[in-house]
Amino acid sequence: MPITREHELHQRRSGRNIGLAVVLVGFIALVFGLTIVKVQGGGTLQAYDHSYRPALDPDHPRYQQP
Amino acid sequence: MTDIRTDISYAPPGEAEFSDYIALLKPRVMSLVVFTALAGLLVAPGSLHPVEALAAIIFIALGAGASGALNMWWDADIDQVMKRTAQRPIPAGKIAPQEAMALGVALSGIAVIMLWLATNAMAAGLLAFTIFFYAVIYSMWLKRATPQNIVIGGAAGAFPPMIGWVAVTGSISVEACLMFGLIFMWTPPHFWALALFMKSDYHKARVPMLTVTHGRRATRAHILVYTLALVPVALATAFTSIGGPVYLACALVLNAMFVQGALAIWRRDEGQAEADGYATEKRVFRFSLSYLFVLFTALLLEAALAHWPAYATLAAHLPVLEVF
Repeated sequence: MPITREHELHQRRSGRNIGLAVVLVGFIALVFGLTIVKVQGGGTLQAYDHSYRPALDPDHPRYQQP
Repeated sequence: MTDIRTDISYAPPGEAEFSDYIALLKPRVMSLVVFTALAGLLVAPGSLHPVEALAAIIFIALGAGASGALNMWWDADIDQVMKRTAQRPIPAGKIAPQEAMALGVALSGIAVIMLWLATNAMAAGLLAFTIFFYAVIYSMWLKRATPQNIVIGGAAGAFPPMIGWVAVTGSISVEACLMFGLIFMWTPPHFWALALFMKSDYHKARVPMLTVTHGRRATRAHILVYTLALVPVALATAFTSIGGPVYLACALVLNAMFVQGALAIWRRDEGQAEADGYATEKRVFRFSLSYLFVLFTALLLEAALAHWPAYATLAAHLPVLEVF
């Protein structure tokens, strides 16, 4: 038999669930925003692995001392 | 047939509303923490990205809320006795003490780690220390042990502007120390004024408030002494990089008014206070709230006015306190 009566208990639980959902979505949005800001502020990223990088070659004129 | 009853007309234990969990984090204290931490963050030299600043404020506030939950867990027995706190979620039976403790510990960890990721380790370390100071040093130890509980415990409430400052600069400076000192010295007269007209509550809860242990005459004297000690701290802030003419004017007026109020409390005896329903004590308590709000607003105003060349020229005439 389905429960069709809306009880005050259900409203209270619903309020709690909605509140928690809002907090979690807010937290995710904040962490996402922080990640974007930190990555953008972190300088140039070198993501080309397995390839020749002149900056790491001591014999190359563009070599950069680590 | 179902075994779930829908005709229950009372709230079973542990079925708290979302607002009860918010109440557990002491939102009124959090609002003061948000305001002072924001002030510390905005007056600091340098800047954070707005998202980092927002995250810093949210996690400082969350840390304060977490320590509030830990305080409510530990002090549930006291809260049950006092009229002012009897409706808090734990004494009211809405949230189980263990649940409040778990929430406090979990939120403390989240707040500290996230503040570290958002800003720096120093700010996160200060937040962790603040939570430890409020939950352990103040709530578990000093509150029930000494009538100076308010004085030392006030340090916990004084850290937020310093954390805001450190979140931006990464280090502690004389300005951060003075903002700390401002709240630290302000706390005792503020709470003792409250204790004077809430006497029966603290007595009933057996909290060694100064009014209970040393009497009301001594409390009145202590209010005056701490209000006088607050004056140099408030005025010295005017002569640092965050102060200026507007702050100095506000500090002079507000401190004169606070000292006048403290003197009025000191001159009165219990007979006079009871005759007018503790009118002066209540007035000074309300004034002390405005005192802190206006002084930190003045600091924010100084930071905003510093971008205006004409005002910067005027402010340059004030000598600057060099300590570090």
